[in-house]
Amino acid sequence: MARVRVLIRPKEGILDPQGKAVERALPALGFERIEHVRVGRMVELEAEDADRVPELCEKLLANPLIEDFEIESMDE
Amino acid sequence: MLWGVLQFPGSCDERDALHACGLAGEARLVWHEDRDLGGADAIVIPGGFSYGDYLRAGAIARFSPAMESVAELAAGGGPVLGICNGFQVLCEAGLLPGALLLNDDLRFVCRQVELAAHGDPPPPGGASARSRFLAGIEPAERLSIPVKHGEGRYWAPEGMLDEIEANGQVAFRYTAGQNPNGSARDIAGVLNEAGNVLGLMPHPEHAVDALTGSTDGLRLFEGAARSPA
Amino acid sequence: MMPAAGQRPDYEALGLTDAEFDLICEKLGREPNGVELAMFSLLWSEHCAYKHSRKLLRRLPTEGERVVMGPGENAGAVDIGNGHAVAFKVESHNHPSAVEPFQGAATGVGGILRDVFALGARPIAILDSLRFGELDSVRSRHLLDGAVRGIGHYGNSIGVPTVGGEIYFEGPYEHNCLVNAMCVGLAKRDEMVRAAASGVGNAVVLMGASTGRDGIGGASVLASAELGDGDEEKRPTVQIGDPFEESKLMECCLELLQRGLLVSLQDLGAAGLTSSAGEMASAGGVGIDIDLARVPLREADMEPFEIMVSESQERMLGVVEPAQVAEVLEICERWQTGAAEIGAVTGSRRVRVLRGEEVVGDVPVDALVDGCPLYDLDPAEPQGWLYGNADVLAERVATATGAVGDPADPSAILLALLASPSVASKRWAFEQYDSIVGSRTVRGRAGNGAAPTVSDSSDAAVLAIPEAGNAIAVSIDGNGRRVACEPHTGAVEAVLECAQNLACVGAEPLGLTNCLNFGNPEKPGPAWQLDRAVTGLADACTALAVPVVGGNVSLYNEGPDGPIYPTPVIGMVGELPDPARTAGSGFAREGDAVALLGPFSPSLAGSELTKLRGKLGPGLPEPDVDGVAAACAVVRDAVRAGRLASAHDVSDGGLACALAESAIGGGLGCRVDLSPLLDRGLPAEQVLFGEGTGGFVLSGERGALESLAAEGVEVLVIGEAAGEAIEIAAGEAQLSVTVKQAERAWRSLAERFELAS
Repeated sequence: MARVRVLIRPKEGILDPQGKAVERALPALGFERIEHVRVGRMVELEAEDADRVPELCEKLLANPLIEDFEIESMDE
Repeated sequence: MLWGVLQFPGSCDERDALHACGLAGEARLVWHEDRDLGGADAIVIPGGFSYGDYLRAGAIARFSPAMESVAELAAGGGPVLGICNGFQVLCEAGLLPGALLLNDDLRFVCRQVELAAHGDPPPPGGASARSRFLAGIEPAERLSIPVKHGEGRYWAPEGMLDEIEANGQVAFRYTAGQNPNGSARDIAGVLNEAGNVLGLMPHPEHAVDALTGSTDGLRLFEGAARSPA
Repeated sequence: MMPAAGQRPDYEALGLTDAEFDLICEKLGREPNGVELAMFSLLWSEHCAYKHSRKLLRRLPTEGERVVMGPGENAGAVDIGNGHAVAFKVESHNHPSAVEPFQGAATGVGGILRDVFALGARPIAILDSLRFGELDSVRSRHLLDGAVRGIGHYGNSIGVPTVGGEIYFEGPYEHNCLVNAMCVGLAKRDEMVRAAASGVGNAVVLMGASTGRDGIGGASVLASAELGDGDEEKRPTVQIGDPFEESKLMECCLELLQRGLLVSLQDLGAAGLTSSAGEMASAGGVGIDIDLARVPLREADMEPFEIMVSESQERMLGVVEPAQVAEVLEICERWQTGAAEIGAVTGSRRVRVLRGEEVVGDVPVDALVDGCPLYDLDPAEPQGWLYGNADVLAERVATATGAVGDPADPSAILLALLASPSVASKRWAFEQYDSIVGSRTVRGRAGNGAAPTVSDSSDAAVLAIPEAGNAIAVSIDGNGRRVACEPHTGAVEAVLECAQNLACVGAEPLGLTNCLNFGNPEKPGPAWQLDRAVTGLADACTALAVPVVGGNVSLYNEGPDGPIYPTPVIGMVGELPDPARTAGSGFAREGDAVALLGPFSPSLAGSELTKLRGKLGPGLPEPDVDGVAAACAVVRDAVRAGRLASAHDVSDGGLACALAESAIGGGLGCRVDLSPLLDRGLPAEQVLFGEGTGGFVLSGERGALESLAAEGVEVLVIGEAAGEAIEIAAGEAQLSVTVKQAERAWRSLAERFELAS
């Protein structure tokens, strides 16, 4: 079984209020000069057929209209 | 007119929708696992948190067996109304354009809002002119209907928004100062091109009784029930 | 599982005294093993055993012809007529919320929902009473934000409307916030189910989420020696709630009850399996065997004591006849909620904990559930005011008036009071709750015909009950500061406040639930407060003939600065025959007369103005309980008869604030002269801003208002609803602010404290 990690992010250009909220809270905690925060999702899974994962991402794990995704292998 | 109201694990407003539909015809619940819509002439996908809004609101519900039959009904021109979470399900299923995102201030909001119907002015011969849900509602008429959601900001790429407007697919807009969530172009509800599928974030089923608010929502159900198929 | 020879179990770390441990040994006839010690330490804790409050609670009146379920069941219930009953209860979740406000508040809501549907009542409303430190404190803003989001998250997701509540900000709650959650549910009177387990040989079924290590924190001293450092994460103190899980569990349980498949049902709350199994067995006079090997676990390596004390959420325990177990499991499967047969009802009168064949715990039910010693308090009245004072009036006036106001000017004082966080509109919070799901929440149009408001200014929530052909009203009101001034009077006032709120919407009180939030009962001062407050509660309930059908106690709310204000929170439910015959609190029509009705005797003692001046101290005038009860009846009947355009009770901020709130609610000003009150020798400021029970601000046709005096209550027509300003004449003091100015001050909370993100 292939171990896979999928990272899902809001598309560039779409307002990401969660990212903005995190960014705004940082200076008060003492973190300066941190920008462009985007908040997304991470899904990990094990797949017998790793070739099917992109299709799974397109169909369910991400909404291609509003999100980008990136697939990483967790195996060597 | 027989309305079918879908019920998913996590639906909240299905009983309210059932009651509202019952004021404009007969109504029954349709369990998400049933492919058989029980002879329903029209379908309502109600509000709530189907599947806990896990992954993305509506993302899992849209794969249910009942939704396959709903897609067929819609393809055949049958009226389909998606309210709030139902709107999210229809967008995820590709039966309506665009997507619903987190409210811009990140908070759930429950508030009475004022809507303008049909866009202002509506394109002649467009989707909204054909829609049974909007039958009996004048262009730009004001309706008072409550919203209650945390993920109701309507979004689509600019090009898609231009197309939606040009085709008369904007069914409702929040009037000035009434946009509760940052929706693009103040869009509160959209139609498909054919005009038989309507999705909106406000809850017309919570506006059918003067005692609990306004009765403006009843107009959508009555419009669809009354007008010829 | 027995402790090593010669090594005494660490009962002190678990909160048991030497005497309590010795008593346990005596009742068992031996020392308890680790599992048994964990069970006793929880069931004999203050939270579960009420050991310092149980004797006091016996003073409360609990009977009445409308009572269907009284204290001791999962929730109380009253008959609302036509074969229907409503179940309700209020509970605290104070300590978890101070640690993690979102989850603390969320799981507080989850827990009280389960208490109500455990009776077979479908939850139809949630209300919340919240108290935090002053909003200048970052911590208090954080707790407020988290708690409101948590309540919204849970209530909204499960589809039960949050229809009311209150939020207060006072220094003494800075280190110990209060989060009290109330739930109301609807059932057919004869279909409600009790918790008592019965039927030797019946199966015990655990339903809902799997069991993990939530909430074990404090009991971790019992861990076997192999677990080392860094394992605190394994035993989170915070319980995590999942409303989606509870939604499925709730529908499943209601269906099982409707089909008559459950002999009894109990929710798992504090002390998890131990308390549910123990309490079910105790109530039924039976014993229970639990096989831990059959409990669905979230983590494979859990020890027996962990399984028995876990506070994992969204679980219920049911007793099922053996022939019906298969069907029960099938229905749970359909609702996608977990279910497992984990034990049986026995005739042994013992709770036996097994792991497969091995007995890992065996205790008598009576010892576990009722054997805890009950303690008498050693009360002594504290000398002086314990809570500090701060003069902030000038500062508040400056903020509210844009730095142009004079702290001696009544108009400026009114704006400062309206902007005061405890008085100001909490719409910012209320709009984060779904208050309309279920289509029962009566809203109607605002008096001036504007679009209907999801009202934050109606005195009590009204819910239509078409099944019974009538409606219910619910109010939740607590009192902390005034109870600190005089505990007996303050507690009486809390009950009267609820009754007045119900009267304003035309409802007659049927029953009451209470949450007593107090400091350390082992200290004489808080003990005195608790003792006096419970007596006050009892006296008020007896005078109003409103029975107490259930409640909760939260003690030891003390921080480095001392105890919280003694805070009884009252939830009251009433009935009204016609939801269309109710009244809002806002003036409705230009030209309507405005009247003050009732035995209102304003005093600045304990008032919001006195707080802002930094002059709080002990002492409150005694309320006229019978007079207030009579006034409630008159207002209630007048509302039902449709003779009033609006009704609003006078509370925080006094008469001037009540008039302003009615003006803001209706979008309509008023011109009012309070000379009749001044003629009694009361100073202007006391008349304008003094507080106390018994005052109703009414509007309507002049003749209709005047005729209410014939019912034997005092009615003063003081002016009319008109114009765009709130103009109050009080002798030489002339108060005038525009409705817009008043509204701006009243709605300033979110902006001033940057609560909006």
